[in-house]
Amino acid sequence: MTDLHLPWLELAIVFCLVGGVWVGRLRNPHVARNWALVFSGLALISAVGAWLDFDFLDAVQADDSLHLLYHMAGRELLVMDELSAPLLPLAALLYFLVPLATLQTKVRRFSFAWNLVSEAIVLAMFSCKEPWGIIGLLAIGTIPPYLELRERGKPTHVYIIHMTLFILLLVIGWTFAEIEGIGRIHTLWVIVPLLGAILVRSGIAPFHCWMTDLFEHASFGTALLFVTPIAGAYAAVRLVMPIAPDWVLRSIGLASLFTAVYASGMALVQTEARRFFCYLFLSHSALVLVGLEIVTPMALTGALCVWLSVGMALGGFGLTLRALEARRGRLSLTHFHGLYEHTPELAICFILTGLASVGFPGTVGFVGTELLVDGAVEAYPYIGVAVVIAGALNGVALVKTYFILFTGTRYTSAVSLRIRRRERFAVLLLASLILAGGLYPQPGILSRYRAVKELLHERESLAPSPTTPVEPSHSEHHHAEGHE
Amino acid sequence: MTFLGLCVILCPVILLCILGISSLISRRLPETVTNRCLQVVMVVGLSASTLMLLMMLSMVDPHVPIELGNWVTIPEYQFHIKLIFDRLSIPFVMLSYILCGTIFQFASRYMHREPGYNRFFTLNAVFLLGMVTTSLAGTIETLFAGWELVGLSSALLVAFFHERPAPVRNGLRVWCVYRVSDAALLIAALTLHHFGHSDFEKVLGTASWPAGLATVSEHEALVVGLLMLLAAAGKSALIPFSGWLPRAMEGPTPSSAVFYGALSVHLGAFLLLRISPILVKSPLLCVIIVGLGLSTAVYATIVGRAQTDIKSAICFASLTQVAIIVAEIGIGLRFLPLIHILGNGCLRTLQFVRAPTLLQDYRQLENAIGDRLPRLTGFWDSLLPRGMRTGLYRFAIERGYLDSMIDDYIVAPFVSVFRWCDRMERRWTDYLSGGKSRESDQVDGSGSLEEFL
Repeated sequence: MTDLHLPWLELAIVFCLVGGVWVGRLRNPHVARNWALVFSGLALISAVGAWLDFDFLDAVQADDSLHLLYHMAGRELLVMDELSAPLLPLAALLYFLVPLATLQTKVRRFSFAWNLVSEAIVLAMFSCKEPWGIIGLLAIGTIPPYLELRERGKPTHVYIIHMTLFILLLVIGWTFAEIEGIGRIHTLWVIVPLLGAILVRSGIAPFHCWMTDLFEHASFGTALLFVTPIAGAYAAVRLVMPIAPDWVLRSIGLASLFTAVYASGMALVQTEARRFFCYLFLSHSALVLVGLEIVTPMALTGALCVWLSVGMALGGFGLTLRALEARRGRLSLTHFHGLYEHTPELAICFILTGLASVGFPGTVGFVGTELLVDGAVEAYPYIGVAVVIAGALNGVALVKTYFILFTGTRYTSAVSLRIRRRERFAVLLLASLILAGGLYPQPGILSRYRAVKELLHERESLAPSPTTPVEPSHSEHHHAEGHE
Repeated sequence: MTFLGLCVILCPVILLCILGISSLISRRLPETVTNRCLQVVMVVGLSASTLMLLMMLSMVDPHVPIELGNWVTIPEYQFHIKLIFDRLSIPFVMLSYILCGTIFQFASRYMHREPGYNRFFTLNAVFLLGMVTTSLAGTIETLFAGWELVGLSSALLVAFFHERPAPVRNGLRVWCVYRVSDAALLIAALTLHHFGHSDFEKVLGTASWPAGLATVSEHEALVVGLLMLLAAAGKSALIPFSGWLPRAMEGPTPSSAVFYGALSVHLGAFLLLRISPILVKSPLLCVIIVGLGLSTAVYATIVGRAQTDIKSAICFASLTQVAIIVAEIGIGLRFLPLIHILGNGCLRTLQFVRAPTLLQDYRQLENAIGDRLPRLTGFWDSLLPRGMRTGLYRFAIERGYLDSMIDDYIVAPFVSVFRWCDRMERRWTDYLSGGKSRESDQVDGSGSLEEFL
């Protein structure tokens, strides 16, 4: 096994955990914000270092050099492969930018300590390939938003019901998978719970209401960071894709396709900015799942590219909305706000990130969307057109919202609403990444293609062998039960 | 020739980089610097395309493909960038440079000290890049990229005076129609991929335009052609999408001139000309194109006569000609529509830029002849019965009820369905929460930070 030159993964996670503890002890929120930035900045540097190191090694998979967890747990829990290599810096970047772009007026509302703990969980999850490790981290990851909802005295029922269902289904599904053994044709006892878990966590209709509810009640930053890394897609790739039969993947794909169109339509009729963002995000994350479940190299490459571009673009888009909320409070979409003259940079960032998310030419999402759409149409010639329709509706929705928020009237303000230095840095960084990725997409696409090859190879190697079928009576019994 | 070809495409790219980056980092360029950049870029771009034309005139077969290689390549997919300089693209590129250059110079005075001066020219640079890319595209993906750039810049320029709601609403409507058009073009591209083609030379034949022979079957030609026609109809404001054209007049006059009088509105016709070898393969498709062109021409000429502002009257006059051009393409003509496009584009640009001084022009004419200008009555006025004239007038003043029909039969049912879904979701989350689940219901836009302070 190849080792990274430095223990980047462990460093990134340790920085976040230590930072979480340290920042949690601080009383002054402004000081806490500055320390949070230091720790999440260090985690970002470690994640980028891990990515570059891995790229330099040119390996299929690499372990951390210290093997600390190996000595403690008896197995290597933190590894990096082609799939996770860019996901780590993306997640670390988002977790760095959110506290960075938090305005002074909002620092008391946002928990920087829990933000760092959540970052540690997400980074650990993206570095983990062990099924029970992923399940455990996905389960733990649901706790910080719940604690925030409780602390703020908000309703938690919808969130708890869905997340409990998700964790239960995941545990049941994987328990049965282990009982039946990997490399066999699995029964519905495995397939149905895993399918359900993915649908719930990814917010596939009709299991998406927890996401809109979270955006309603949690702070925008927490909700944004909980959803934008698209953890459901990671669970689908690591847990379901290698063992699921084609019909399961097709079912997820079709449900996701429906969700993509449904959510884009819902985004158009929303009257409040957070809900609009949530549906826009749901539509895009569903598109990622559509590509992931069409197990062809082209569609998978497109899906992995869109995963990154959506994370970056909608992360930036959400940050822009959050910055506007910090200035104007919760944003109604029933009347014009006319904020362009006050914050032209945010307007540019809004339209740029929004267009990148729908795959506009010259932005990071363009080629990925092309690949995804091509792959979808190739797999489902007529139904795949729905991907195009979803993209068109999303484009209309985001320009409509741009017009509502930034134009249509002349807003007069007694206080300056101009962009702050830290926000400007975040905006420029995101804009540079979006444009650079759009104008020179080849390295990114190639890296995702290599990841796809690995995933397909893994799926082939775990596919049921024709010589070792599951015992007919056992299989038929469970199938019959499932159908009943 | 490769160098010249690169100059043609790189000029708008450089212009966009200069203006775009300065906007992004909030370092507005002084007007004089912006003007100088515009002049240099337009002169270099136009000179390169003129030299290209001169060199091509000496060739027996004026068809110069310039391979820029694969932008993205993996074994299952290649995004190939190729530019084609031929009898169709070179006139269109030169028209784009000449008209944009002229309008840029006009606008540098017209927009002097406007708050959105930099934004105006940045969006125009996006438009120019889109036009040049679409004109020179050698693959369907490249054409799509340019097509989208034109759409975005058009919508944002319609909403240029964005402190008023009307331009913004009209900009959004233009954007909606363009998204339909973009989706149709994308589906057409996917259909071509599905049939195994993406390079124009492979699907339209290697011979120079318009002599290419398409390699698709009649059925494939009909499917792809209909989708392309839908895309062209959206971009060129053919029926049933004509309603956006007068709304687009909310933008500044210089951009209206170059977008809706001259270039953008002809892009649909250009697309049909580009895929003309496919059209030949399907007689039914040609009949549909002629029908659509003629019906739009009749519609536009009727509606144009009842317009009460000069910009709308000119845009419908332009649309009448565009629709005739489409009909000409449908009956199999190739060079006549191209010349028609060039002539109509130049004439309408001139009319648009003179539009703000129309009253002054009339006054000068009346002073010169020493009398009021004669009021012309149409030939049909005396032939049509009064009731029909009234009906036609109503039809014209309501612009054929096209917008109302789209609103009533497409937008309203769509919005109703999704609002119903939203209500159902609210009931579901209320049930799960055991009470009111939506904080956003209380959002009315009044709770601002400013009031809090």
